[in-house]
Amino acid sequence: MRKRWRFIGLLSALALLLITMTSCGTKTALSDQDVLQNDIKNNTITWGVKADTKLFGLMNVKNSQVQGFEIDLAKAMTKEILGKNGKAVFVPVTSQTRVPLLRNGNIDAIMATMTINPERAKQVDFTRSYFDAGQAILVKKGSPIHSVKDLNKKGAVVLGVTGSNSVQNIGKFAPKARVLQLSDYAQALTALKSKQGDALTTDNGILYGMSVENPGYVVVGGAFTNEPYGIAVNKGQTKFKNRLNKALTKVEKDGTYNKLLDKWFGHVKGFNYEEMKR
Amino acid sequence: MIHIFATQWQSLLYGLGQTLLCSIIALFFSLIIGSLFAIFEIMPNKLMRIIGRVYVEIFRNIPLLVITMFFFVVLPLYVTKINGFTAGTIGLTIYTSAFIAETVRSGIQSVDEGQMEGALSNGLSFWQSMRFIVLPQAFKIVIPPLGNQFINLVKNSSVLAFVAGFDLMYQGNMIANDTLQTMPTFFAVGILYLIITMPLSYYMRHLEKKLA
Repeated sequence: MRKRWRFIGLLSALALLLITMTSCGTKTALSDQDVLQNDIKNNTITWGVKADTKLFGLMNVKNSQVQGFEIDLAKAMTKEILGKNGKAVFVPVTSQTRVPLLRNGNIDAIMATMTINPERAKQVDFTRSYFDAGQAILVKKGSPIHSVKDLNKKGAVVLGVTGSNSVQNIGKFAPKARVLQLSDYAQALTALKSKQGDALTTDNGILYGMSVENPGYVVVGGAFTNEPYGIAVNKGQTKFKNRLNKALTKVEKDGTYNKLLDKWFGHVKGFNYEEMKR
Repeated sequence: MIHIFATQWQSLLYGLGQTLLCSIIALFFSLIIGSLFAIFEIMPNKLMRIIGRVYVEIFRNIPLLVITMFFFVVLPLYVTKINGFTAGTIGLTIYTSAFIAETVRSGIQSVDEGQMEGALSNGLSFWQSMRFIVLPQAFKIVIPPLGNQFINLVKNSSVLAFVAGFDLMYQGNMIANDTLQTMPTFFAVGILYLIITMPLSYYMRHLEKKLA
Protein backbone atom coordinates (compact mmCIF):
# COMPACT_ATOMS: atom_id res chain seq x y z
CA MET A 1 0.00 0.00 0.00
CA ARG A 2 2.74 2.40 0.96
CA LYS A 3 4.51 1.68 -2.28
CA ARG A 4 1.43 2.52 -4.28
CA TRP A 5 1.03 5.86 -2.50
CA ARG A 6 4.60 6.63 -3.24
CA PHE A 7 4.08 5.83 -6.90
CA ILE A 8 1.05 8.10 -7.08
CA GLY A 9 3.03 10.84 -5.35
CA LEU A 10 5.81 10.57 -7.88
CA LEU A 11 3.36 10.58 -10.76
CA SER A 12 1.58 13.68 -9.54
CA ALA A 13 4.89 15.45 -8.96
CA LEU A 14 5.87 14.73 -12.54
CA ALA A 15 2.49 15.90 -13.80
CA LEU A 16 2.86 19.12 -11.82
CA LEU A 17 6.30 19.65 -13.32
CA LEU A 18 4.89 19.15 -16.79
CA ILE A 19 2.07 21.62 -16.23
CA THR A 20 4.42 24.30 -14.88
CA MET A 21 6.74 23.85 -17.80
CA THR A 22 4.03 24.05 -20.45
CA SER A 23 2.54 27.16 -18.90
CA CYS A 24 5.99 28.74 -18.74
CA GLY A 25 6.51 28.02 -22.39
CA THR A 26 3.38 29.70 -23.62
CA LYS A 27 3.71 32.90 -21.60
CA THR A 28 4.98 35.84 -23.64
CA ALA A 29 7.70 38.02 -22.14
CA LEU A 30 7.09 40.85 -24.61
CA SER A 31 6.71 44.15 -22.80
CA ASP A 32 4.19 46.70 -23.94
CA GLN A 33 6.53 49.58 -23.32
CA ASP A 34 7.64 52.01 -25.96
CA VAL A 35 11.32 51.30 -26.46
CA LEU A 36 12.01 54.54 -28.34
CA GLN A 37 10.54 56.64 -25.55
CA ASN A 38 12.48 54.77 -22.88
CA ASP A 39 15.70 55.15 -24.81
CA ILE A 40 15.24 58.87 -25.27
CA LYS A 41 14.48 59.21 -21.54
CA ASN A 42 17.60 57.24 -20.55
CA ASN A 43 19.69 58.74 -23.36
CA THR A 44 20.89 55.19 -24.10
CA ILE A 45 20.29 52.57 -26.76
CA THR A 46 21.29 49.01 -25.89
CA TRP A 47 22.47 47.07 -28.93
CA GLY A 48 22.96 43.35 -29.21
CA VAL A 49 26.12 42.85 -31.26
CA LYS A 50 28.52 40.09 -32.27
CA ALA A 51 31.74 39.90 -30.30
CA ASP A 52 33.38 37.04 -32.18
CA THR A 53 33.20 38.18 -35.79
CA LYS A 54 36.13 39.99 -37.32
CA LEU A 55 35.29 43.16 -39.26
CA PHE A 56 31.71 43.24 -37.90
CA GLY A 57 32.04 42.98 -34.14
CA LEU A 58 35.08 41.60 -32.38
CA MET A 59 36.06 41.87 -28.74
CA ASN A 60 39.38 43.64 -28.36
CA VAL A 61 40.98 41.96 -25.36
CA LYS A 62 43.35 44.87 -24.73
CA ASN A 63 40.63 47.32 -23.73
CA SER A 64 37.72 44.86 -23.55
CA GLN A 65 35.74 46.85 -26.10
CA VAL A 66 33.87 45.42 -29.03
CA GLN A 67 35.07 46.83 -32.33
CA GLY A 68 33.86 46.51 -35.90
CA PHE A 69 31.72 47.87 -38.69
CA GLU A 70 28.43 47.16 -36.92
CA ILE A 71 29.67 48.80 -33.72
CA ASP A 72 30.68 51.99 -35.54
CA LEU A 73 27.43 52.04 -37.49
CA ALA A 74 25.41 51.54 -34.30
CA LYS A 75 27.31 54.38 -32.63
CA ALA A 76 26.65 56.69 -35.58
CA MET A 77 22.96 55.79 -35.57
CA THR A 78 22.69 56.26 -31.81
CA LYS A 79 24.19 59.74 -32.14
CA GLU A 80 21.70 60.47 -34.94
CA ILE A 81 18.73 59.44 -32.81
CA LEU A 82 19.69 60.72 -29.35
CA GLY A 83 21.94 63.61 -30.24
CA LYS A 84 25.66 64.09 -29.69
CA ASN A 85 25.64 62.85 -26.08
CA GLY A 86 23.60 59.74 -26.76
CA LYS A 87 25.12 56.61 -25.29
CA ALA A 88 25.32 53.29 -27.11
CA VAL A 89 25.64 50.25 -24.86
CA PHE A 90 26.80 47.00 -26.45
CA VAL A 91 25.81 43.56 -25.26
CA PRO A 92 27.59 40.64 -26.94
CA VAL A 93 25.15 38.11 -28.37
CA THR A 94 25.40 34.91 -30.37
CA SER A 95 23.10 33.58 -33.06
CA GLN A 96 21.40 31.51 -30.37
CA THR A 97 20.97 34.14 -27.68
CA ARG A 98 20.07 37.22 -29.70
CA VAL A 99 16.33 36.68 -30.14
CA PRO A 100 15.67 35.55 -26.53
CA LEU A 101 17.66 38.55 -25.23
CA LEU A 102 15.64 40.91 -27.43
CA ARG A 103 12.37 39.40 -26.31
CA ASN A 104 13.05 39.65 -22.61
CA GLY A 105 14.13 43.25 -23.00
CA ASN A 106 17.85 42.93 -22.26
CA ILE A 107 18.61 44.60 -25.56
CA ASP A 108 16.65 47.15 -27.57
CA ALA A 109 17.83 46.14 -31.03
CA ILE A 110 19.93 43.44 -32.67
CA MET A 111 22.66 44.44 -35.09
CA ALA A 112 24.52 41.15 -35.22
CA THR A 113 24.99 39.96 -38.80
CA MET A 114 21.33 38.91 -38.77
CA THR A 115 19.91 38.10 -42.18
CA ILE A 116 16.40 39.25 -42.96
CA ASN A 117 14.19 36.26 -43.82
CA PRO A 118 10.46 35.59 -43.66
CA GLU A 119 10.79 32.94 -40.92
CA ARG A 120 12.50 35.42 -38.61
CA ALA A 121 10.21 38.25 -39.63
CA LYS A 122 7.42 36.31 -37.90
CA GLN A 123 9.29 36.60 -34.59
CA VAL A 124 10.87 40.06 -34.85
CA ASP A 125 10.55 43.21 -36.94
CA PHE A 126 13.37 44.15 -39.29
CA THR A 127 14.54 47.54 -40.50
CA ARG A 128 15.79 48.14 -44.01
CA SER A 129 18.96 46.23 -44.85
CA TYR A 130 22.18 47.92 -43.71
CA PHE A 131 24.60 45.51 -45.41
CA ASP A 132 24.09 43.31 -48.45
CA ALA A 133 25.96 40.12 -47.75
CA GLY A 134 25.83 36.83 -49.63
CA GLN A 135 26.68 33.30 -48.66
CA ALA A 136 30.01 31.86 -49.81
CA ILE A 137 32.42 29.10 -48.85
CA LEU A 138 35.89 29.18 -47.33
CA VAL A 139 38.36 26.38 -48.14
CA LYS A 140 42.03 25.60 -47.66
CA LYS A 141 44.27 26.96 -50.40
CA GLY A 142 44.68 24.34 -53.13
CA SER A 143 41.54 22.44 -52.17
CA PRO A 144 39.75 20.60 -55.01
CA ILE A 145 36.57 22.47 -54.10
CA HIS A 146 36.10 25.56 -56.24
CA SER A 147 32.44 26.36 -55.74
CA VAL A 148 29.42 25.22 -53.79
CA LYS A 149 28.58 22.76 -56.58
CA ASP A 150 31.69 20.73 -55.79
CA LEU A 151 30.27 20.12 -52.33
CA ASN A 152 27.16 18.42 -53.65
CA LYS A 153 28.44 14.86 -53.35
CA LYS A 154 28.29 12.05 -50.85
CA GLY A 155 30.97 12.27 -48.18
CA ALA A 156 31.43 16.01 -48.40
CA VAL A 157 31.27 17.71 -45.02
CA VAL A 158 30.32 21.37 -44.67
CA LEU A 159 30.90 23.28 -41.44
CA GLY A 160 28.52 25.96 -40.26
CA VAL A 161 27.40 27.78 -37.17
CA THR A 162 24.29 26.77 -35.23
CA GLY A 163 21.46 29.19 -35.74
CA SER A 164 22.85 30.81 -38.84
CA ASN A 165 20.85 31.03 -42.02
CA SER A 166 23.65 29.52 -44.03
CA VAL A 167 23.28 25.98 -42.72
CA GLN A 168 19.71 25.92 -43.95
CA ASN A 169 20.75 27.29 -47.33
CA ILE A 170 23.46 24.74 -47.88
CA GLY A 171 20.74 22.10 -47.76
CA LYS A 172 19.35 23.62 -50.94
CA PHE A 173 22.60 24.19 -52.82
CA ALA A 174 24.40 21.01 -51.81
CA PRO A 175 21.73 18.59 -50.55
CA LYS A 176 24.08 15.59 -50.59
CA ALA A 177 26.65 17.15 -48.27
CA ARG A 178 26.60 16.49 -44.54
CA VAL A 179 26.40 19.61 -42.41
CA LEU A 180 28.13 19.93 -39.04
CA GLN A 181 26.92 22.80 -36.89
CA LEU A 182 29.35 24.28 -34.37
CA SER A 183 28.69 26.83 -31.69
CA ASP A 184 30.60 29.83 -33.09
CA TYR A 185 32.75 30.98 -36.00
CA ALA A 186 36.02 30.56 -34.13
CA GLN A 187 35.19 26.94 -33.42
CA ALA A 188 34.00 26.31 -36.96
CA LEU A 189 37.27 27.70 -38.30
CA THR A 190 39.27 25.55 -35.87
CA ALA A 191 37.31 22.53 -37.07
CA LEU A 192 38.08 23.45 -40.69
CA LYS A 193 41.77 23.67 -39.82
CA SER A 194 41.65 20.21 -38.19
CA LYS A 195 40.07 18.86 -41.37
CA GLN A 196 36.77 18.04 -39.72
CA GLY A 197 35.10 19.42 -42.83
CA ASP A 198 35.88 20.27 -46.45
CA ALA A 199 34.53 23.80 -46.39
CA LEU A 200 33.15 26.41 -44.04
CA THR A 201 30.04 28.22 -45.13
CA THR A 202 28.55 31.48 -43.96
CA ASP A 203 28.15 35.06 -45.18
CA ASN A 204 31.02 36.36 -47.29
CA GLY A 205 31.62 39.38 -45.05
CA ILE A 206 32.52 37.07 -42.19
CA LEU A 207 34.55 34.72 -44.38
CA TYR A 208 36.65 37.64 -45.68
CA GLY A 209 37.47 38.44 -42.05
CA MET A 210 38.66 34.87 -41.51
CA SER A 211 40.66 34.88 -44.72
CA VAL A 212 42.43 38.09 -43.66
CA GLU A 213 43.43 36.44 -40.37
CA ASN A 214 44.37 33.10 -41.95
CA PRO A 215 46.18 33.56 -45.26
CA GLY A 216 46.15 29.80 -45.88
CA TYR A 217 42.39 29.86 -46.42
CA VAL A 218 40.50 31.46 -49.28
CA VAL A 219 36.94 32.34 -50.24
CA VAL A 220 36.04 30.53 -53.46
CA GLY A 221 33.13 30.54 -55.89
CA GLY A 222 31.72 33.93 -54.91
CA ALA A 223 28.39 34.58 -53.24
CA PHE A 224 25.59 32.19 -54.16
CA THR A 225 22.77 33.73 -52.14
CA ASN A 226 21.49 37.14 -51.18
CA GLU A 227 21.71 37.77 -47.45
CA PRO A 228 20.70 41.30 -46.53
CA TYR A 229 21.51 42.11 -42.89
CA GLY A 230 18.84 44.01 -41.00
CA ILE A 231 18.43 45.47 -37.54
CA ALA A 232 15.86 43.51 -35.54
CA VAL A 233 13.51 45.02 -32.96
CA ASN A 234 10.65 43.51 -31.00
CA LYS A 235 7.29 43.11 -32.70
CA GLY A 236 5.09 46.12 -32.07
CA GLN A 237 7.94 48.61 -31.71
CA THR A 238 7.03 50.28 -34.98
CA LYS A 239 7.98 53.79 -33.81
CA PHE A 240 11.45 52.61 -32.87
CA LYS A 241 11.82 50.71 -36.14
CA ASN A 242 10.84 53.74 -38.22
CA ARG A 243 13.24 55.92 -36.28
CA LEU A 244 16.06 53.43 -36.94
CA ASN A 245 15.25 53.41 -40.65
CA LYS A 246 15.37 57.19 -40.70
CA ALA A 247 18.70 57.21 -38.89
CA LEU A 248 20.10 54.65 -41.33
CA THR A 249 19.08 56.78 -44.31
CA LYS A 250 20.72 59.77 -42.65
CA VAL A 251 24.09 58.11 -42.09
CA GLU A 252 24.02 56.74 -45.63
CA LYS A 253 23.33 60.16 -47.10
CA ASP A 254 25.93 62.12 -45.16
CA GLY A 255 28.73 59.75 -46.17
CA THR A 256 29.31 58.22 -42.74
CA TYR A 257 28.23 54.82 -44.02
CA ASN A 258 30.73 54.78 -46.90
CA LYS A 259 33.48 56.02 -44.62
CA LEU A 260 32.87 53.16 -42.20
CA LEU A 261 32.60 50.63 -45.03
CA ASP A 262 35.96 51.77 -46.37
CA LYS A 263 37.50 51.77 -42.88
CA TRP A 264 36.58 48.14 -42.21
CA PHE A 265 36.42 46.52 -45.65
CA GLY A 266 38.60 48.76 -47.83
CA HIS A 267 41.71 46.62 -47.38
CA VAL A 268 40.03 43.23 -47.75
CA LYS A 269 41.07 41.27 -50.83
CA GLY A 270 38.16 40.29 -53.05
CA PHE A 271 35.76 42.73 -51.44
CA ASN A 272 33.91 44.87 -53.98
CA TYR A 273 33.70 48.29 -52.35
CA GLU A 274 32.11 50.02 -55.35
CA GLU A 275 29.26 47.53 -55.37
CA MET A 276 28.60 47.78 -51.65
CA LYS A 277 28.80 51.53 -51.10
CA ARG A 278 25.60 53.52 -50.73
CA MET B 1 6.29 22.27 -25.68
CA ILE B 2 3.86 19.59 -26.88
CA HIS B 3 4.09 21.31 -30.24
CA ILE B 4 7.87 20.85 -30.28
CA PHE B 5 7.50 17.14 -29.51
CA ALA B 6 4.87 16.78 -32.22
CA THR B 7 6.76 18.51 -35.00
CA GLN B 8 10.39 17.75 -34.17
CA TRP B 9 10.14 14.25 -32.78
CA GLN B 10 12.41 12.82 -35.47
CA SER B 11 15.44 14.93 -34.62
CA LEU B 12 14.72 14.67 -30.91
CA LEU B 13 14.49 10.90 -31.14
CA TYR B 14 17.72 10.73 -33.09
CA GLY B 15 19.39 12.96 -30.51
CA LEU B 16 18.08 10.81 -27.68
CA GLY B 17 19.51 7.75 -29.44
CA GLN B 18 22.94 9.35 -29.87
CA THR B 19 23.00 10.52 -26.25
CA LEU B 20 21.97 7.07 -25.05
CA LEU B 21 24.54 5.33 -27.26
CA CYS B 22 27.34 7.65 -26.16
CA SER B 23 26.31 7.25 -22.51
CA ILE B 24 26.24 3.47 -22.67
CA ILE B 25 29.62 3.20 -24.40
CA ALA B 26 31.20 5.73 -22.04
CA LEU B 27 29.60 4.12 -18.98
CA PHE B 28 30.89 0.67 -19.90
CA PHE B 29 34.45 1.69 -20.71
CA SER B 30 34.82 4.28 -17.95
CA LEU B 31 33.77 1.67 -15.39
CA ILE B 32 36.43 -0.77 -16.65
CA ILE B 33 39.19 1.82 -17.05
CA GLY B 34 38.23 3.48 -13.77
CA SER B 35 38.36 0.23 -11.80
CA LEU B 36 41.70 -0.65 -13.39
CA PHE B 37 43.28 2.63 -12.35
CA ALA B 38 41.69 2.32 -8.90
CA ILE B 39 43.55 -0.98 -8.48
CA PHE B 40 46.75 0.63 -9.83
CA GLU B 41 46.42 3.27 -7.16
CA ILE B 42 46.48 0.80 -4.28
CA MET B 43 48.93 -1.73 -5.71
CA PRO B 44 52.08 -2.57 -3.71
CA ASN B 45 54.23 -1.63 -6.71
CA LYS B 46 55.21 2.02 -6.38
CA LEU B 47 55.51 2.67 -10.13
CA MET B 48 51.96 1.47 -10.72
CA ARG B 49 50.75 3.67 -7.86
CA ILE B 50 52.36 6.69 -9.47
CA ILE B 51 50.87 5.86 -12.87
CA GLY B 52 47.40 5.58 -11.32
CA ARG B 53 47.80 8.80 -9.34
CA VAL B 54 49.02 10.81 -12.36
CA TYR B 55 46.21 9.57 -14.60
CA VAL B 56 43.54 10.41 -12.07
CA GLU B 57 44.92 13.80 -11.12
CA ILE B 58 45.39 14.92 -14.72
CA PHE B 59 42.01 13.96 -16.10
CA ARG B 60 40.05 14.79 -12.98
CA ASN B 61 41.35 18.35 -13.02
CA ILE B 62 40.96 19.28 -16.70
CA PRO B 63 37.54 20.48 -17.87
CA LEU B 64 35.68 17.91 -19.95
CA LEU B 65 35.30 20.36 -22.81
CA VAL B 66 39.07 20.80 -23.04
CA ILE B 67 39.67 17.04 -23.19
CA THR B 68 36.98 16.65 -25.84
CA MET B 69 38.24 19.56 -27.93
CA PHE B 70 41.70 18.02 -27.80
CA PHE B 71 40.40 14.84 -29.41
CA PHE B 72 38.26 16.79 -31.86
CA VAL B 73 40.82 19.36 -32.97
CA VAL B 74 44.34 18.16 -32.27
CA LEU B 75 44.12 14.45 -33.01
CA PRO B 76 42.88 14.83 -36.62
CA LEU B 77 45.84 17.11 -37.36
CA TYR B 78 48.52 14.61 -36.41
CA VAL B 79 47.06 11.16 -35.93
CA THR B 80 43.83 10.08 -37.54
CA LYS B 81 40.48 11.38 -38.70
CA ILE B 82 37.96 11.28 -35.90
CA ASN B 83 34.41 12.59 -35.89
CA GLY B 84 32.63 14.61 -33.24
CA PHE B 85 30.72 11.69 -31.77
CA THR B 86 33.84 9.57 -31.30
CA ALA B 87 35.85 12.49 -29.93
CA GLY B 88 33.08 13.30 -27.47
CA THR B 89 32.65 9.71 -26.34
CA ILE B 90 36.39 9.21 -25.82
CA GLY B 91 36.65 12.48 -23.91
CA LEU B 92 33.68 11.59 -21.74
CA THR B 93 35.05 8.10 -21.05
CA ILE B 94 38.45 9.35 -19.95
CA TYR B 95 37.04 12.20 -17.87
CA THR B 96 34.52 10.01 -16.07
CA SER B 97 36.97 7.15 -15.57
CA ALA B 98 39.16 9.42 -13.43
CA PHE B 99 36.23 10.09 -11.11
CA ILE B 100 35.21 6.46 -11.07
CA ALA B 101 38.79 5.48 -10.20
CA GLU B 102 38.66 7.70 -7.14
CA THR B 103 35.26 6.35 -6.15
CA VAL B 104 36.25 2.71 -6.53
CA ARG B 105 39.58 3.30 -4.76
CA SER B 106 37.76 4.66 -1.72
CA GLY B 107 35.58 1.55 -1.83
CA ILE B 108 38.54 -0.81 -2.01
CA GLN B 109 40.23 0.98 0.87
CA SER B 110 37.14 0.73 3.02
CA VAL B 111 37.21 -3.08 2.70
CA ASP B 112 39.01 -4.47 5.73
CA GLU B 113 42.69 -5.18 5.05
CA GLY B 114 42.30 -8.62 6.59
CA GLN B 115 40.23 -9.69 3.54
CA MET B 116 43.17 -9.15 1.22
CA GLU B 117 45.62 -10.75 3.64
CA GLY B 118 43.37 -13.75 4.07
CA ALA B 119 42.94 -14.19 0.33
CA LEU B 120 46.67 -13.92 -0.30
CA SER B 121 47.54 -16.37 2.50
CA ASN B 122 45.05 -18.84 1.00
CA GLY B 123 47.16 -18.98 -2.13
CA LEU B 124 45.25 -16.56 -4.38
CA SER B 125 47.30 -14.15 -6.48
CA PHE B 126 46.89 -10.37 -6.09
CA TRP B 127 44.61 -10.10 -9.12
CA GLN B 128 42.59 -13.15 -8.08
CA SER B 129 42.01 -11.81 -4.59
CA MET B 130 41.03 -8.47 -6.07
CA ARG B 131 38.63 -10.07 -8.51
CA PHE B 132 36.96 -12.56 -6.17
CA ILE B 133 37.31 -11.14 -2.66
CA VAL B 134 37.92 -7.38 -2.49
CA LEU B 135 36.19 -5.88 -5.54
CA PRO B 136 32.78 -7.49 -4.95
CA GLN B 137 32.72 -6.03 -1.45
CA ALA B 138 34.10 -2.70 -2.61
CA PHE B 139 31.50 -2.24 -5.35
CA LYS B 140 28.71 -2.91 -2.88
CA ILE B 141 29.95 -0.04 -0.77
CA VAL B 142 30.38 2.44 -3.59
CA ILE B 143 27.08 1.92 -5.38
CA PRO B 144 25.57 5.24 -4.24
CA PRO B 145 28.52 7.44 -5.29
CA LEU B 146 28.92 5.35 -8.45
CA GLY B 147 25.29 6.08 -9.30
CA ASN B 148 26.08 9.76 -8.96
CA GLN B 149 28.93 9.40 -11.42
CA PHE B 150 26.72 7.58 -13.92
CA ILE B 151 24.07 10.28 -13.78
CA ASN B 152 26.74 12.94 -14.18
CA LEU B 153 28.06 11.02 -17.15
CA VAL B 154 24.70 11.10 -18.91
CA LYS B 155 24.35 14.82 -18.32
CA ASN B 156 27.94 15.51 -19.30
CA SER B 157 27.32 13.80 -22.63
CA SER B 158 25.87 17.17 -23.67
CA VAL B 159 29.50 18.02 -24.43
CA LEU B 160 28.84 16.30 -27.76
CA ALA B 161 26.84 19.32 -28.80
CA PHE B 162 30.03 21.38 -28.96
CA VAL B 163 31.78 19.00 -31.32
CA ALA B 164 28.77 18.35 -33.56
CA GLY B 165 28.04 14.89 -32.13
CA PHE B 166 24.32 15.07 -33.07
CA ASP B 167 23.24 14.37 -29.48
CA LEU B 168 20.14 15.63 -27.69
CA MET B 169 21.65 19.00 -26.80
CA TYR B 170 22.87 19.52 -30.38
CA GLN B 171 19.42 18.78 -31.77
CA GLY B 172 17.94 21.06 -29.11
CA ASN B 173 20.17 23.93 -30.22
CA MET B 174 19.23 23.31 -33.82
CA ILE B 175 15.49 23.15 -33.19
CA ALA B 176 15.61 26.22 -30.97
CA ASN B 177 17.27 28.12 -33.79
CA ASP B 178 15.04 26.86 -36.55
CA THR B 179 11.80 27.50 -34.71
CA LEU B 180 13.00 30.32 -32.42
CA GLN B 181 11.00 28.60 -29.66
CA THR B 182 13.90 28.52 -27.25
CA MET B 183 12.13 27.88 -23.96
CA PRO B 184 9.77 25.09 -25.03
CA THR B 185 12.59 23.35 -26.91
CA PHE B 186 14.90 23.22 -23.94
CA PHE B 187 12.10 22.08 -21.64
CA ALA B 188 11.51 19.25 -24.09
CA VAL B 189 15.22 18.44 -24.09
CA GLY B 190 15.28 18.55 -20.29
CA ILE B 191 12.42 16.08 -20.10
CA LEU B 192 14.18 13.72 -22.51
CA TYR B 193 17.29 13.82 -20.32
CA LEU B 194 15.07 12.98 -17.36
CA ILE B 195 13.78 9.95 -19.27
CA ILE B 196 17.35 8.61 -19.33
CA THR B 197 18.53 9.65 -15.89
CA MET B 198 15.45 8.90 -13.79
CA PRO B 199 15.34 5.15 -14.51
CA LEU B 200 19.12 5.02 -14.03
CA SER B 201 18.77 6.77 -10.70
CA TYR B 202 15.99 4.40 -9.62
CA TYR B 203 17.89 1.34 -10.75
CA MET B 204 20.95 2.35 -8.74
CA ARG B 205 18.76 2.86 -5.69
CA HIS B 206 17.17 -0.52 -6.24
CA LEU B 207 20.62 -2.11 -6.58
CA GLU B 208 21.73 -0.44 -3.38
CA LYS B 209 18.75 -1.85 -1.49
CA LYS B 210 19.11 -5.29 -2.97
CA LEU B 211 22.80 -5.71 -2.29
CA ALA B 212 23.24 -3.88 0.98
